[in-house]
Amino acid sequence: MTTSSNAELIKQYQLTSVSKTAPLREYLKDTWQRVDFIKELANARSTQQYSDSLLGRLWQLVTPLLNAAIYFLIFGVLLGTRKGIENFPAFLVAGVFAFNFMQTTITASASCIPKNDRLIKAIHFPKLVLPLATAVNQVQQYMISLGVLVVVALLTGEPITLMWLALPIALLLQASFIAGISLIVARWGARSKDITQLLPFFLRTWRYVSGVFFSITVFTSKFPHWIGVGLKYNPGAVYIDLIRDCVMNTISVSYKIWVAGVVWAVMFSIIGLVYFYRGERTYV
Amino acid sequence: MSKPTVVIDDVHIHYRVVLGAGIGSAAGALRSLVSGKKPSQVVKQVHAVRGVSMVAYEGDVVGLVGRNGSGKSSLLRSIAGLQKPSQGDVYTSSQASLLGVGAALNKSITGNRNITLGGLAMGMSRDEIEELRPQIIDFADIGEFIDLPMGTYSSGMQARLRFAIAAARQHEILLVDEALSTGDTEFRRRSQAKIRELASDAGTVFLVAHGHNMIREVCNRAVWMDKGVIRLQGETQEVLDAYEADMEAKKKA
Repeated sequence: MTTSSNAELIKQYQLTSVSKTAPLREYLKDTWQRVDFIKELANARSTQQYSDSLLGRLWQLVTPLLNAAIYFLIFGVLLGTRKGIENFPAFLVAGVFAFNFMQTTITASASCIPKNDRLIKAIHFPKLVLPLATAVNQVQQYMISLGVLVVVALLTGEPITLMWLALPIALLLQASFIAGISLIVARWGARSKDITQLLPFFLRTWRYVSGVFFSITVFTSKFPHWIGVGLKYNPGAVYIDLIRDCVMNTISVSYKIWVAGVVWAVMFSIIGLVYFYRGERTYV
Repeated sequence: MSKPTVVIDDVHIHYRVVLGAGIGSAAGALRSLVSGKKPSQVVKQVHAVRGVSMVAYEGDVVGLVGRNGSGKSSLLRSIAGLQKPSQGDVYTSSQASLLGVGAALNKSITGNRNITLGGLAMGMSRDEIEELRPQIIDFADIGEFIDLPMGTYSSGMQARLRFAIAAARQHEILLVDEALSTGDTEFRRRSQAKIRELASDAGTVFLVAHGHNMIREVCNRAVWMDKGVIRLQGETQEVLDAYEADMEAKKKA
């Protein structure tokens, strides 16, 4: 439909279409230039989150502690799923914190595009900024939780070993994987709100098969071998195990789980990036 | 002939307005799911811009006039890439920016932190922001409130800070919706002066203003939009005279 005189002007002066997305490489560079914006957006959000409460950001510490206490009461004391686990408190706290991080990040990313509708309509920026700011916000919270985990591990008699140095690596792998998943979910969430209704069911199922409060090896011993293997290599269980491997002397996982952690992280961060990028035009 | 900076090529903009979504009962939704019929929600298409084409050149200050709902703001947003045209396209020499950062700001953080947040949202670096900060605080004129959460401000103070942040930066292609310059008379006067200053420094400006004096003063061209189409475009004086005559005629009728 472009009239010939317009087409000539566009060509001669190298004007670019406003509705075209930049090539992926340029898009990522643009996003990288907004890294300070991502941080500031994440900080503003956590301030806002706690701005009306008396304890303020102390909740970031209190919430994981309360969570750990409740799970310990239910699974450690009442249901007794501690079978075959030497240091159950540390095992449980690691599982709960690692899984909650994944759950809250995915849930928050499902609504990060619709929630920032006004911002999207006012300022031009790579929309990748929004799910990344959500993830940064959740990683900050997770780091506080991991601090609590370290204290629990020390209090329950875990010795400090060289493996503790691998904790940041486990965190990086887990965060990359979850960022990838979040990008996929963020694009779905931008299209319709149905995903926010379905997510809780999916996440609950995932929690139950990821060995948050029981040992997968012990519980699947009566089932066919492949079920145990499938559960063990599901990313949920993999990252929980890596965290445990780092802080617990009594748990040691095979190098294969570390390899799986790297593979899941690389695979999903790439898939997530490309998938989210391809939807860029639809977020406006 | 000077260089073209914005080419608007047969742009159409549709809005989908969903009327009564979620009002229907769950049983009704299930029935429509089973019967395969469309859910009973009413979706209305609003055709806000109906085929607009124009070219703006370096040095142009284009005033957009027209009644509410004539498509001025939609057109402005499509130039900035913030509204996808349903047909046609807009081509620019560089990213156009809409003057306004209100949506980026956060009421639970202080004015000072909002300056950082808003500046970063506009794509400024931290250094640039620090350089401009005194100037922004000065222009917003809100005293020691700058260190209090923005939620504690009066609406006038919030508007002043929003405008001060948005106007701190120079743009090659600047889009201004005048509804932005709110506040008391004194601040309105200062913000209009600021818009004029930005317009004279920018390469190309599109200005939506309700007061025609502003347009007469700063625009070299004007576009009169009516029901989504360009009714008339050309010399500012000529277009405004025709528009005003039309309004008078409608008033009498």
